Amino acid sequence: MRFAVVQFGGSNCDRDTHHVLAEVCGVETDLVWYKDGLQQPYDAVVLPGGFSYGDYLRAGAIAARTPVMQDILRHAKEGRLILGICNGAQIGSEAGLVPGTFTLNAYPKFISRHVHLRVENDTSPFTSAYRKGDVIKIPIAHKEGRYVAPPGVVETLNREGRVAFRFCDEEGQVTPESNPNGSVENITGILGGSACNVMVMMPHPERASETVLGSDAGIRIFNSMITHIEQHG
Amino acid sequence: MKYDVTITIALKEGMLDPEARAIRHALANLGFETEHLRTARLFRITLDAPTPEDARTEAEKMCERLLANPVIHHYTVEVAE
Repeated sequence: MRFAVVQFGGSNCDRDTHHVLAEVCGVETDLVWYKDGLQQPYDAVVLPGGFSYGDYLRAGAIAARTPVMQDILRHAKEGRLILGICNGAQIGSEAGLVPGTFTLNAYPKFISRHVHLRVENDTSPFTSAYRKGDVIKIPIAHKEGRYVAPPGVVETLNREGRVAFRFCDEEGQVTPESNPNGSVENITGILGGSACNVMVMMPHPERASETVLGSDAGIRIFNSMITHIEQHG
Repeated sequence: MKYDVTITIALKEGMLDPEARAIRHALANLGFETEHLRTARLFRITLDAPTPEDARTEAEKMCERLLANPVIHHYTVEVAE
């Protein structure tokens, strides 16, 4: 089993993500510079957080159009796992890995704090280690994280169980007050790909994967991926 | 021929424009009452093309491929003769 964490100019969560995968989860993980492309098939590819290309134009827009994304789109088509975190989520949506897009927060400022998420899908390759309705505490750090999609797309996401996480309060209630950035229907984790083998999310599971960091609720995402790969090869 | 192309990228009507809301509020604080305010982004590009129509087509391709995000944006292209 081998994971890749793709580094773009301006990525800054690449090493954190690599640390969690390699040191905490104990899986073989390569840091891959985007210009090198994916030189081998990976079981899972993570697009990490950061500010690729200085968030110029739109967050993620320029990285989404680099040649390495063709490798990543091919991996997605082959059913391999792709996880986009924060800037990685913005890159993933800009590249069309999931429908909809992330744009400026409703209150147009950078927000960096812990939030609560309600798990909406507990069967995907990214969320099987949770139970539906679990409430997890995990940090966000973004300015362009408001998920936007046309009503028909949101309806399809709901119907097909492609919403992985919603912002909620401590009790798991999905309310306008618990929506930090104005995302449609509090959605902040979206599943894509023919077998839900792609997930993008604005919150940072790699920053909540060790108890010393205040929460280890995020590690179950990586553990779900590892379990899925072990079971499906 | 060189053509000067102006591309304007704006949020679709009905899309929340948080910056516009804050700017409108700031204008009101200065005594400027506005009925409607939206932000947009403008690109001035000079490019080589055989005809103005080709210059426009090229600029539209730029919008489709990179400059605009079709989920939230619409765009207009003007070509100076």
